[in-house]
Amino acid sequence: MGTRIGKEVSIGIAEAAMMADVDVVSAYPITPQTHVVEHLSELVADGHLDAEFVPVESEHTAMSTCCGSVAAGARTFTATSSQGLALMHEILFIASGMRLPIVMAVANRSLSAPISIWNDHGDVMAERDTGWLQVFVENGQDAYDHILWAFRVAEDHGVLLPIMVNFDGFIVSHVVESLEEWSPEEVRRFLPPYDPPYRLDVDNPWTFGPVGIPDIYLETRKAHDEALLGAKATMVKAWSELADVVGRQYYPVEQYKADDADIVFLSMGGISETCMTAVDELREAGKKVGLVRLRLWRPFPFDEVKAALGGRKVIIAIDRALSTGGPGGPVASEVKAALYGLETRPQVIEFIAGLGGRDVTVGDFKQMYEKGAAVAAGGPVPGYELLGVRA
Amino acid sequence: MSSELTNVFAAKMLPQRELFSPGHRACQGCAPALVMRYMLKALGPDTIICNSTGCMEIISSSYPESAWGVPWIHVAFENSAAVASGVEAGLKALMRKGKIPQRRITVLAQAGDGGSLDIGLQAISGALERGHDMIYLCYDNEAYMNTGIQRSSGTPFGASTTTSPAGARSFGQSTWKKSLAEIAVAHHIPYVATASVSYPFDFMEKLKKADAVRGPALVHVFAPCPTGWRCPSELAIRLGRLAVQTAAFPLYEVVNGKYRITQNVPHLKPLRVYLESQGRFRHLTDDLIDELQQGLRERYAALVAKAEASQE
Repeated sequence: MGTRIGKEVSIGIAEAAMMADVDVVSAYPITPQTHVVEHLSELVADGHLDAEFVPVESEHTAMSTCCGSVAAGARTFTATSSQGLALMHEILFIASGMRLPIVMAVANRSLSAPISIWNDHGDVMAERDTGWLQVFVENGQDAYDHILWAFRVAEDHGVLLPIMVNFDGFIVSHVVESLEEWSPEEVRRFLPPYDPPYRLDVDNPWTFGPVGIPDIYLETRKAHDEALLGAKATMVKAWSELADVVGRQYYPVEQYKADDADIVFLSMGGISETCMTAVDELREAGKKVGLVRLRLWRPFPFDEVKAALGGRKVIIAIDRALSTGGPGGPVASEVKAALYGLETRPQVIEFIAGLGGRDVTVGDFKQMYEKGAAVAAGGPVPGYELLGVRA
Repeated sequence: MSSELTNVFAAKMLPQRELFSPGHRACQGCAPALVMRYMLKALGPDTIICNSTGCMEIISSSYPESAWGVPWIHVAFENSAAVASGVEAGLKALMRKGKIPQRRITVLAQAGDGGSLDIGLQAISGALERGHDMIYLCYDNEAYMNTGIQRSSGTPFGASTTTSPAGARSFGQSTWKKSLAEIAVAHHIPYVATASVSYPFDFMEKLKKADAVRGPALVHVFAPCPTGWRCPSELAIRLGRLAVQTAAFPLYEVVNGKYRITQNVPHLKPLRVYLESQGRFRHLTDDLIDELQQGLRERYAALVAKAEASQE
């Protein structure tokens, strides 16, 4: 066990990447990701991390550079947010299609316009179908552990896919949290060196990124889909190995006081911790309510979602993004799709909460609960609600 | 530097090995495909190519076939310089950390004129500014040929393309060709050169010089496209030569900021001899030909002045 100290989460993420002994960091500054890459450049400048820090001229180049370095065989890390993630969009598909295991921390932030530096999940939801593995963390310890875990998963020869570790901008990225760092020995036990099966090697030349004519494109998409779906087993195995090394156990879908709950909140990311406080207080008031948190977003954990939510009366789904002109929130939409095949389907009520950094308080969760309870009592199921929006 | 490089002037001493294989899907008379071939004869097998989307990418890499005998990566259109930055950084870190053996490996990024002068310019500027030890190669056939002969900022004044068509109210491209070499020089990098597929030994020597410097180097190579220029395919090499002899594409190099014209043309040929066999210029009036010739000669005179100033 390492020592437990107080540390800003962004600094913890940078130091976890250092513990992974990354070879290349290529990044472009964007709020609220900056502290991660500033600290990595300091670690390189001070000689604590032996890596090439490539200070590129855009996020598009950051992701392109990552493709080049990981194809050369180098363990590669980057971080971004919001507009920066959007600028990477084109290359995200290529990184995953070419099976390049890049690890990227995404400090989730809303998308312009209007420009907003504050937190929601609008940025990553726009990248949902890029073919990357995607997980969400809730706090500093989660974030630190999942950077090391992400390398373990992405670089596994049965996976070879890039991965996004999503952490909420400001409300997670900039807070000081109690954090247990890993010892070098623990890292050695958990994370083997990157050993790419294919790399740009002059002694064994490979062609990376060829043309896919109609005869082959379809098969490559199938292979990519299967790789993504198949990665879940490796992720679960790596979580279990992580538990063996540092004693913390993570799952694709996690529950809090939900065993006997008829009504459950469903959330993803840092907001879950506020929700836990609300659940505690509601439980004290005698309400049978719990929380189900999605940690894994891609591949979507259909079986775990069905197991955790099937049999409930009401799901209160909380989204941090709005699919404008569409079904409301992307999380609720996918959860409903997962539950559709059940014989007895729970009712799902949807809240789009905390867009653009709007506070979501314990009181807000209690109000959402009251609306869920009304549906549980036989009331009508309302359409999605933008929580706290002024008329 | 150049004494050890003179062997490339003897054709018989060029490596026999074809690292860019025949059997690819380029058009008849494609000069960019010759650029690829010469490029790898000059640089040899210890080279990694980062290829932009474009003609040379699609004709060489239709899965499961590949024309490339060296490691090759294609990511997207506008980012070959960025991909090469990553390859260079990755190799540097791996060698320094003892994860792969120390060894001289050439990293080359390449794109056409559209992928360089237009959509790729930012990535090139970033890579040159950061000082990566790499070569950037632009093969210039003066339009987006892969997508069907649309104009780029490398298309010459007066040329008719599918997006700068000559018509009742248009004489074709109304803007002047952007100078990639001058943009590269403004980054204060150690080596910049223009070259032409029609002067293969000069081109190969320049690539070897670009390879020999530590830090970024840029080579802008002229490569006629008979399909896009609407000319007989057997004229590709002759047109490349005429482009030099009429100052449409002068050959020079800039070593640590010092200019040298590598193919002196004391008596420029009339531009008409270069234009007349190309369908893309067939609509030009005498006045427009004069305007184009005058503009090219002014630019050439300015280049000569820079070369003379560099000798002082």
